[in-house]
Amino acid sequence: MHRFANPNRFLKLANAILPWSNGVLVVSLLAGLALALVWSPGDYQQGDTVRIMYVHVPAAWMGMFAYVAMAVASAVALIWKHPLADLAGRATAPVGAAFTFVCLVTGALWGKPMWGTWWVWDARLTSMLILLFLYFGYMALHNAFDDPQRGAKAAAVLALVGVVNVPIIKFSVDWWNTLHQPASVVRMDGPAVDPSMLWPLLVMGLAFKAFYVTVVLLRIKAEIADAKIRALRMSEIHG
Amino acid sequence: MANYFDMGGYAGYVWPSYAVTAIVLVALFVATWRGLKNRERTLETLLATRGPRRRRAAREDAPETVSTAPVTAEGTNEETSR
Repeated sequence: MHRFANPNRFLKLANAILPWSNGVLVVSLLAGLALALVWSPGDYQQGDTVRIMYVHVPAAWMGMFAYVAMAVASAVALIWKHPLADLAGRATAPVGAAFTFVCLVTGALWGKPMWGTWWVWDARLTSMLILLFLYFGYMALHNAFDDPQRGAKAAAVLALVGVVNVPIIKFSVDWWNTLHQPASVVRMDGPAVDPSMLWPLLVMGLAFKAFYVTVVLLRIKAEIADAKIRALRMSEIHG
Repeated sequence: MANYFDMGGYAGYVWPSYAVTAIVLVALFVATWRGLKNRERTLETLLATRGPRRRRAAREDAPETVSTAPVTAEGTNEETSR
């Protein structure tokens, strides 16, 4: 039963991190919301719709970050057959999908007043929608086989193939003509956003990151418990 | 105050954005928390129904989930565990 040794060490680590990620989440979320909704100015062109940015952009960052994390976990699971890596990928997928969904919905709510349309099939928006479908595909594949190992392998391969979409999202605004504005925070010559708007954005970004860490750790804990339950049931059946 | 909630005429776009974000993330957190607690309860029940020797063996594997539930006749807790 040595395969439980690693997960138990991980559980200790997770239980040590969780109070911190929880604390960061609460503090940065309260500060971020206060900054975003009260202590930041409206945009001179976009008025108060610019406040949508403070949930839209962190959601987009985390949607992509979670996908890369999922792809890395998938690679580790495929190459080294590390049992925790597969659980980590599985735990990440719904969180990343939630962020991507939030990004798409808030983007539509921002696009309607500013562009005059909820949706256009341009490069940035379409590649983000593909990201959401990649998450769905990963989760579906994971559960599509009777043998969970085969499902995990198929899903991991999909995650790795789909990772090419992440740079496409990032650079879509440079490679193609698009309604979406180009990068204004992560760019070579430094952020082009005024500090009065950059700070709320970064603090909300931290809050979203802390949410991600907290929820993924809780989900991995649940996956480990699940694996133990399955192992116990098996040993009951087989004596 | 009413002026603030009006968001310069964009209230119908700004507030729904925050509402959707809050609903999705809170729902995900609650589902995650419930899933974890359910499994931990199931695991405790399973460990509690095992014999003393095997329970010790299982406990070594899972020191985090030492159960305080009373040990009942073998297998009778099977229905309560999902």
